Amino acid sequence: MINSNIITLIYIISSVLFILGMKRLNSPKTARSGNLISSLAMFIAILVTILDNSTLKISWIIIGLIIGSSIGISMAKLVKMTAMPQMVALFNGFGGLASALVSSQEFTRIFNIGNHTIYSVSTIIISIIVGTITFTGSIIAFLKLQELITTNPILIPLRNILNLFLLLITISIGILILITGNHLLIYYLIALGLIVGILIVIPIGGADMPVVIALLNSYSGIAAAFAGFALNNTILIICGSLVGASGLILTNIMTKAMNRSMLNVITGGFGQQNININKDISKHSKPFKSIDTESTSILLKYSENIIIVPGYGLAVAQAQHSIKDLSDILESKGCNIKYAIHPVAGRMPGHMNVLLAEANIPYDQLYDLEQINDQFITADVVIVIGANDVTNPEARNNRNSPIYGMPILNVDKAKNIIVLKRSMSTGFSGIDNELFYQEKTSMLFGDAKKSLEAINKELKLD
Amino acid sequence: MESLLILLMIFILSLFLGYELITKVPPTLHTPLMSGSNAISGIVIIGAIVILKNGDGRIMEIISLIALILSTINVIGGFLVTDRMLRMFKKNNTEK
Repeated sequence: MINSNIITLIYIISSVLFILGMKRLNSPKTARSGNLISSLAMFIAILVTILDNSTLKISWIIIGLIIGSSIGISMAKLVKMTAMPQMVALFNGFGGLASALVSSQEFTRIFNIGNHTIYSVSTIIISIIVGTITFTGSIIAFLKLQELITTNPILIPLRNILNLFLLLITISIGILILITGNHLLIYYLIALGLIVGILIVIPIGGADMPVVIALLNSYSGIAAAFAGFALNNTILIICGSLVGASGLILTNIMTKAMNRSMLNVITGGFGQQNININKDISKHSKPFKSIDTESTSILLKYSENIIIVPGYGLAVAQAQHSIKDLSDILESKGCNIKYAIHPVAGRMPGHMNVLLAEANIPYDQLYDLEQINDQFITADVVIVIGANDVTNPEARNNRNSPIYGMPILNVDKAKNIIVLKRSMSTGFSGIDNELFYQEKTSMLFGDAKKSLEAINKELKLD
Repeated sequence: MESLLILLMIFILSLFLGYELITKVPPTLHTPLMSGSNAISGIVIIGAIVILKNGDGRIMEIISLIALILSTINVIGGFLVTDRMLRMFKKNNTEK
């Protein structure tokens, strides 16, 4: 049994450690220690909560911790870096569901002892709604990213009206619980939250997933914060809102990078019309230049400044290590190598950086859009691997283009451009890429990994 | 009612604090940031422990236990996978 003031004091210490931990994420050098500090903060908070108010039901708690830890440890150890987005989605979902469950139990408890107030009930209702939406929304996102269900948007007729209708019903039930005090209505609320979560994410296409994961990340924090209101627990509120804010910032960055509004992402269906356009594209007859691996290696040999633009196609082709080998060889020949990473290059914010870091590419060679865009003009060669829409000059030049206004990498300013690609097919947006038809652009067709390995071989020969 | 206002103040100030802390994180670290903050949102584990202690009745105990398991997965898995990623960044740096 610990005095409740001491508990609060320890929660304060733990909150400070969380904040310090997050602050250290500002630089790759201190980030790891920051994460350790956050986990220490979590450990202290858990320990003091277990010891609080005697060691009641300690065996239940230990069982829960052991089961949860073993599942968590094995998931964290086994997951592939390419599968990181779906795992984060799954974890978000678990967190959201846990918040909803905790709030629902607090709800039952205060009704049993007849101690419910408008304040406690309304915060519980919010926590349950946000938590359940986070749960099913994340599960759908997971299924899409894992490609267990189609990554194309699934469009339900009148979905926006339906969603609005369901949301209104959900809010009405919430108000009804407040007015009538009929606590059995909470089950309808839970069911509705679960359905709304599915309906919100199901019309969103694979390309928009980075936005969705960031948003769900924010929701899981908000759900925890409101569970904190319900339980009168400050550390839940502090941590929940820190995460809520962080998720919102990332959501904002992602929507900007895709030139979309949040509303536009939520109402869904962006990727839909593209499927039809995709088929016609092969018929186009604009001339383009293609190049073989031998000429590519000769070109690279005589270049000084080289910028590599990786897209998710690089990860799909498992070519991260081949590109690392290429940059090692070129660096040993005195070339200056930089990587230009568009915010939506991977399947979640910063995903491409992690995939390149896994291949041992030093992070100080990784540049983001603003840092590198002025440097393309001095680049002798730009190698584009598995990236498409984010290099399309139409976003800058063509007012009628659907991607007009999207921030792009100014690859077209470079002296020479080599594009590694399987075919002339379009990217997610379904639009033809002007870049591919430029005088100074050469297309190197084939599997990115094989092409890179062939180039490496040629370069090693001399 | 007074305590609600204090909690509301904590909530709003933390949102601003979160905003200030996170805007400075470079894009390179956005994925570890997400998985790390994801682990922090597993703080609801505290709520699960509290509710498990206060609850009575088998159904409540079982539901609270599920909440505890889910949030433990969230916390442990989140921190470990973040560490795994950040180790890769760190390793690259020392090689240089």
